[in-house]
Amino acid sequence: MNTKGTIQFIEKPSIASTAVIAGPMEKDSVFAASFDEILLLENEKDETYEQANRRFIEKVCALAVKKGHEQMNTIDYLIGGDLINQLSPTNFAARELALPFLGVFSACASSMEAVIVGSLLLEAGNAKSVLAGASSHHPTVERQFRYPLEYGAQKPKTAQWTVTAAGFAMLQKHAKNAPIITHATIGKVVDGGQTDPLHMGAAMASAARDTIERHLVNTNSRMADYDVIMTGDLGKIGLSILKEMFSDTDSHVILQDAGAQFYGENDFFNAGASGAGCSAAVFFSHIYEQLKSGVFKRVLLVATGALLSPLTYQQGETIPCIAHAIECRMEKRG
Amino acid sequence: MDQKQFQTIVDKQTPKAPLFINMLKAFFVGGIICTIGQFVSFFYIRFFDFTERTAANPTVATMVFFAMILTGTGLYKKISQFGGAGSAVPVTGFGNAVISAAIEHKSEGYVLGIGGNIFKLAGSVIVFGVLSAFFVALIKTILVKVGVLSW
Amino acid sequence: MISSLITAFIVGGLICVIGQVLMDAFKLTPAHTLSTLVVSGSILDGFGLYEPLIDFAGAGATIPITSFGNSLTHGALAEAEKHGLIGVLTGMFEVTSSGISAAILFGVIGAFIFQKRKTTY
Repeated sequence: MNTKGTIQFIEKPSIASTAVIAGPMEKDSVFAASFDEILLLENEKDETYEQANRRFIEKVCALAVKKGHEQMNTIDYLIGGDLINQLSPTNFAARELALPFLGVFSACASSMEAVIVGSLLLEAGNAKSVLAGASSHHPTVERQFRYPLEYGAQKPKTAQWTVTAAGFAMLQKHAKNAPIITHATIGKVVDGGQTDPLHMGAAMASAARDTIERHLVNTNSRMADYDVIMTGDLGKIGLSILKEMFSDTDSHVILQDAGAQFYGENDFFNAGASGAGCSAAVFFSHIYEQLKSGVFKRVLLVATGALLSPLTYQQGETIPCIAHAIECRMEKRG
Repeated sequence: MDQKQFQTIVDKQTPKAPLFINMLKAFFVGGIICTIGQFVSFFYIRFFDFTERTAANPTVATMVFFAMILTGTGLYKKISQFGGAGSAVPVTGFGNAVISAAIEHKSEGYVLGIGGNIFKLAGSVIVFGVLSAFFVALIKTILVKVGVLSW
Repeated sequence: MISSLITAFIVGGLICVIGQVLMDAFKLTPAHTLSTLVVSGSILDGFGLYEPLIDFAGAGATIPITSFGNSLTHGALAEAEKHGLIGVLTGMFEVTSSGISAAILFGVIGAFIFQKRKTTY
């Protein structure tokens, strides 16, 4: 059993600033007040959905840099991911932003994968500022993975709703009054033997558990040491599955899920939110605010991703998943 | 934790589909759609010189037209969330599958986008309809020729 | 007239209930469910049972997708009766064109008329 994969950062890569832009459906999110902007439309009149997706990636990156009081041309690297084939939205946004760019894909875990790669680039000394994040766009994801938008397929209670949101963070070394990334644990691909793409929470729970356990063992910590351990998008049912997988009784309080909370108690969204933008939106808005204000002092953020494709599903494969985690701490000011 | 223990937890936490209620909803929605179809049939029989048997063709076409309006205005998927099979099984569901695919793929143009993708969802219905018709007809024809059955 | 509306409602509703059971209890996808129903309509016509159902229930039997399987088979059998085995191939599409043609036609017209909609509840 491989228990490796945890990195300890010495150079204090920190989240200097963040920006989150969400779509029209997300105005009803419990976290909406923490988002920087809520778009009125998912796409402008003559735009394809995919073009709209790339446009708001560009926008959120510019906003994150502006909020961090920097200029775009001083950013060393851009690292980003999304759910669309060949990462087209992020690639095309990167074309406009014209920064040295690494595209990353781990489905809905892409946000943390991007932050981990960004932190490593800062740690290795060559970079001063890095933009890292991920996005998802509901119509483009439905089109690729599921059904045409106007198709009437009845959704089960286990289904999740892909958010339209982009969240990016500007990472810098030793930023003042900023949460520090102290450790990261890179996920292993874990297969829980699940086959239902409309029940991804069950598929991803095993990967989340593996990453959390390895992180705790490798950092010599217990769950109670954290203010919160938040997974990206297990959803309400996936979260209850995860809680039951831990014998630690603290799990029931400490473990939370961004997707499960995202839309509150609104049944329309069934088991909750999902998407690469879900973890990014919540981690870089609500959690970031709580860290900066000192309410949270030590958190573990675990973005979860399901590594299926429409083809693997049709070929009868199970759904392997992965979860990438970062540990953030807010040290005393001064 | 082994696979079996994990599956037990999954099965315990996963809510079951409310089958009976879904069946009632499907019955209701499906019944209404077919009743509307019956009205449309009457209309064609009364005003257009069709018989009970031949009215099926224009009735089906009219129902697909209704499906187009409901699909394009976003109402069909709302009805479907409630009605489930009640909206998927009638020919309006077939229409919805074809029309929603067409609307979706307009961004790739009419030839590659619409032409290439329009039967993405509904293709299997046509394929299996044709296949089963072929085999059923073939088997029956052979059985008649051999003398086991008669027309 | 009222009684034919009621039978249409009941029979059409029941066929849809069968579809719902296939989806929920047997966990079939919509595509699998509809394909199964189409094949069922075809087999029923092979036994000569679907046409009487249409006589009884009218739109309750012609509107569900099962009637598509029935139409194709019926056309094939009608031609086979007249022309032997080759009729199996030639007869199929003589009677079903309305559903498919309408779907294609209205699909393209719909794509032309309707713009992409904002996602709402």
